[in-house]
Amino acid sequence: MRHLNAALPFLGPAALLVAVGLIGSQTSFSLQVDFAQALVYAAIVIALYVFVGNSGVISFGHISFVAVGAFLTGVLTVPKESKEFVLPGLFPVLQNHTISNWQALALGAAVGGLYALLVGIPLMRLSGLAAGIATFAVLGITHNVFSNWERIGPGVQTLSLVPATTSMAKATIGALVVALVAYAYQRTRSGRLLRSSREDPLAAQASGMHIYSHRLLAFTLSGALAGFAGALLVHLYGSLTVGQVYLELTFLTLAMLVIGGASSLLGATVGALFVSMLDSLLNRAENGTGALGAVDLPHGSRLVILGALMTLVLLLRPSGITGGHELSVTRFRLARPSRLLTRFRT
Amino acid sequence: MLDAQSLVDAVALGSLYALVAVGVALVFGVLRIVNFAHGELITAGAYALVLTDEYGSLVAIVVCLAVVIALALLLDRALRPLRGYGAATILVATFAVSFLLQSIALLAFGGQGNNVSVLPELNRAVHVGDVDIRWVSIVSIVLTLFLLAGTGLVLNRTSIGLQMRAAATDFRAARILGIRTNLVIALAFVIGAVMAACVSVLLAVQAPFVYPTFGANILIPALIGVVVGGIDRLRTATLGAFAIGFSTSLLGELLNSAHRVYLDSYVFLLVIVVLLVRPEGLFSPFRAGTVERV
Repeated sequence: MRHLNAALPFLGPAALLVAVGLIGSQTSFSLQVDFAQALVYAAIVIALYVFVGNSGVISFGHISFVAVGAFLTGVLTVPKESKEFVLPGLFPVLQNHTISNWQALALGAAVGGLYALLVGIPLMRLSGLAAGIATFAVLGITHNVFSNWERIGPGVQTLSLVPATTSMAKATIGALVVALVAYAYQRTRSGRLLRSSREDPLAAQASGMHIYSHRLLAFTLSGALAGFAGALLVHLYGSLTVGQVYLELTFLTLAMLVIGGASSLLGATVGALFVSMLDSLLNRAENGTGALGAVDLPHGSRLVILGALMTLVLLLRPSGITGGHELSVTRFRLARPSRLLTRFRT
Repeated sequence: MLDAQSLVDAVALGSLYALVAVGVALVFGVLRIVNFAHGELITAGAYALVLTDEYGSLVAIVVCLAVVIALALLLDRALRPLRGYGAATILVATFAVSFLLQSIALLAFGGQGNNVSVLPELNRAVHVGDVDIRWVSIVSIVLTLFLLAGTGLVLNRTSIGLQMRAAATDFRAARILGIRTNLVIALAFVIGAVMAACVSVLLAVQAPFVYPTFGANILIPALIGVVVGGIDRLRTATLGAFAIGFSTSLLGELLNSAHRVYLDSYVFLLVIVVLLVRPEGLFSPFRAGTVERV
């Protein structure tokens, strides 16, 4: 029982991811892209959760790690013979090498982690709004450089001819790997310390915890997972523009995390899967493919409904669908005393 | 390269950012909420101008003001259940509201943009020596100074202003002492809305083309300026936003064309450096012995 309870925070999200993968693989070819996309979004949101959820510090910068992972591995997996024509301005080292898909996934994680480490060394001293704006500035710089520097990527053009190797199975396994790493991290000493600092930073510091180094560790790990998810993303679409990995994706993934419940792995998974499935469903209804029975929505109403639902969930249930709890068999027994404690504290 | 004209332009852009900043900082002051949807107040005002500009500029401006204030009060009411939740939740919630309003604008008006014509005579230039200055730049600067002075008077010389400052210093204590906090919060939203409506008009004069992210495009840099300057105080927040507008405009003039495409990167790099050196705000006063709040 105890072991089951310890494993449940991973088993719950894993079951959801596998279910989405299994259902997705039974559907028609055109629907499969939606399911695979939901899984890749789940990977991105779980990567974001590793830092934001555990540390309680908001980051607008994680999509830069997704972008770096996606563009570097995308550029490197474009077949060599077509690369000279579609990406003529590249550095020779990028121009002359082509790597396999498995290498690309590993490279995505490595470069995402490295970038996060470099950015995190100065930035992890910040918290609150200053951290939010500083990470946003990182996103702005990444976007600006990728849009203009054609030696490392496609610039304002679309990166195309990337082999679409992220199958349903690969998307599922990829999301599972990210979830497993996230689960493993939150059970380590560092993860628990970081969560304690999220609840009360002064008390954590007073107990001798060095907040900076644990935040940096989580940020680097989370950046590596985001880079890995970026590699999954670019090989799912087969093409990518700079605009696709910028503001919209940043806010979409943050909204998924908060809607699901930012302080649990289950919340990150539920939020990502729920919002992206809903988005796909509305998209189909809007294009008149009859996903909602006979209802065809007018064009543009998808975003309105999505926005209204996001707002409603946040207004009615500000701590997210899951309330920020992990799946647990003993929660009901534990719930009462802790609720009593919080009542005394405030 | 650097002449009086680009200086005036830089000051005018800085003034617009400062007007946006006042709205954001007042609401943050009393509620501790960073209101992402403030940009959509500006967008709503601009669309009000689009719909009513055929009846003359004066009518259009009055309607714009009314629409923006009404929307701001609605926003205040809608955000009420969120008071007391964490910064991340509220940030995402106001973002969700902003996203909702943007998509409603997209659905209602389409994404191609709408032409608007208010006070077109303000686009004419005056010649001072060999410098051409558009009237709208002068109006922006003067109006900003006027509105900032007005806000300062309300905050410092009236009873409700005193209550607002009390609520900003310690919300709970102010409430216990009988200050009608809901009224104070509504007033903060209304003052911000007046500023937002002025920004709508000034922006619509300068660039007579309204699209769904009209307001968000100015909110984001202004918000960055607010945090860089120091969001805790109205003065530092306004100065910070002004500084961002001013330096972006000037830097754009100073960089040669090969580097100009990287203007955003330079500005963001500057922002990061300032935040690292002075995380509590560039213009915030140094205080000896403050507790380091992590």
